[in-house]
Amino acid sequence: MSAEKEPLFSSKNIKLLTEPMNDSNPITVQVLGICSALAVTVKIKPAFVLAIAVVIVMAVSNVVISLLRKTVPPRIRIIVQLVVIAAMVILVDQVLKAFLFDVSKQLSVFVGLIITNCIIMGRLEAFALSNKPWPAFLDGIGNASGYGVILIIVAFFRELLGSGTVWGFQVIPESVYNFGYENNGLMILPPMALIVVGAIIWIQRAKNKKLVESN
Amino acid sequence: MRSYSNTYIFIFSSIMVIAVAAILSVAAMTLQPFQKKNVEINKKQNILTSINIESTATNAEELYEKYIKEGYAVNSKGELKEGVDAFSIDMKKELAKPLEERSLPIFVSSLDESTQYIIPVYGKGLWGPIWGYVSLESDLSTIYGANFAHKGETPGLGAEIDTKSFQIKFFGKQIFNENGKFVSVSVLKGGTADPNSKYEVDGISGGTITGNGVDAMLKDCLSSYESYFKNIKK
Repeated sequence: MSAEKEPLFSSKNIKLLTEPMNDSNPITVQVLGICSALAVTVKIKPAFVLAIAVVIVMAVSNVVISLLRKTVPPRIRIIVQLVVIAAMVILVDQVLKAFLFDVSKQLSVFVGLIITNCIIMGRLEAFALSNKPWPAFLDGIGNASGYGVILIIVAFFRELLGSGTVWGFQVIPESVYNFGYENNGLMILPPMALIVVGAIIWIQRAKNKKLVESN
Repeated sequence: MRSYSNTYIFIFSSIMVIAVAAILSVAAMTLQPFQKKNVEINKKQNILTSINIESTATNAEELYEKYIKEGYAVNSKGELKEGVDAFSIDMKKELAKPLEERSLPIFVSSLDESTQYIIPVYGKGLWGPIWGYVSLESDLSTIYGANFAHKGETPGLGAEIDTKSFQIKFFGKQIFNENGKFVSVSVLKGGTADPNSKYEVDGISGGTITGNGVDAMLKDCLSSYESYFKNIKK
C-alpha cells in the first residue's frame, strides 16, 4: 500500500462511477439484474423509486462488506454478503413504511426483491471484498445508478408506448387517439421489456465496437 | 487466501447474526409507532376516499372526525353487535369465520345533507389480497363512491384498481335490481361491459384476474350485509 494518500476523486475513483454508466453497465454489458428490469419498468415512477432504493442498499452494503473484508472467512463470505444485503433491505423497507408510506405502498413487494438482485451480490463479491470502503462506496453508487438509468430508460419507452403517459401524465394527446392511434398493449407485458433492453444493448454496441464479442 | 479455523468461523457467524438481529429489532421497535400511525391514517384516508373526499396524510384525521359520524358492527342477520370497535375490525379475520359469527363493520358519514353507508370489502387479487371501501347512498343500493387498494397486483395492469379512473366506473351503479334482489356489480373483461347497464363495469385489459377478484370481493362482502340493508329500509 502506498503511503501517499489518494485524492477522494482521483481519476481512478471517478472511473468507478462512470464506467458502469457505459462500458460496464450492469444490465446492458454484464447482463445482470434483468429480472427486476422486467418487473418494475411498466411505469417510470416505481422504476425511479426502486432505482433510488437500490442505490442506497448497494452503497451501504458495499461499504459494510468492504469494512469487514479482512475479517470475513472466505468459506462463508456469500452467506455474510446475503445477511448484510438482507438486513439493509429490511431496514430500507421499514424506514419507507414509517416515513414514506405512500412510496412504500407503491413499491410493495419490489423492495423485498432487491435482496434477489444479482447486481448487488455481484459487486460485493467482485469489488467490495477486495477494496477499501471509499472506492467500494463509489463502485456501489456507480453500478446502482447504471442499473437505475437503464431501468428508467426502459420504463420511459414502455410507459410512453404502452399507456401514452410519462410519469403518470398523459403526453399523447386525445386527438391522436381520435385518428385511430392505440396504446400498444404488448408494451405493458414483460416480453417487451426484454426487447427494449435488447434494443438498448444493440444501440450501445453499434456505437461502441469494443463491447462486441469476437465469436 | 488466509485460512480460518472452524472456531473462528463459528464465532464470526454467531456475532454477525446476533448483531444483525439486534439492529433489526431495534429498528423495528423504534419505527413501529410511526408505522402503526401510518396504517391508521391510511385506513382513514381510504374510508374518506370512498365518499370522494380527498385527504392528505396530515389532514386525514381532522376530515375523518368531520365527516364520519359513527361506526358500528352488525352480524349477518342485520342485528347490531354491542361492544365491538368498528374501526379496529380486521376484515381478513372476519371473512375467515363462518357467516353467522362475523362482525360486519359499517361507517356512517354525512355529506351533501344526506347519509352514506360505508362498507369495507376484502378479497383476493392475482398476487395477494385486495381490499377497499364502498359507500352506498341512503337508498342502500346506489354506489356513492368506491376505493380499492391492493398488496401487490401487477403494476400498470391489475394495480390500476387503486386509481380513480377505475373506481369512478362504479359510481352510480346499483347493487340491488328493480325487484330488490341483490345482484352486486359485476366486473367484466375489459371493454365488454354494457355502458347502459347499472350492474356492470369494465375491468382492466390485461388485469382480468384482478378484475375477477374485485368482482368476487364485492359479491362476497356486500351480500353479507343484505339482511341489515333490508332491516334499515323497512
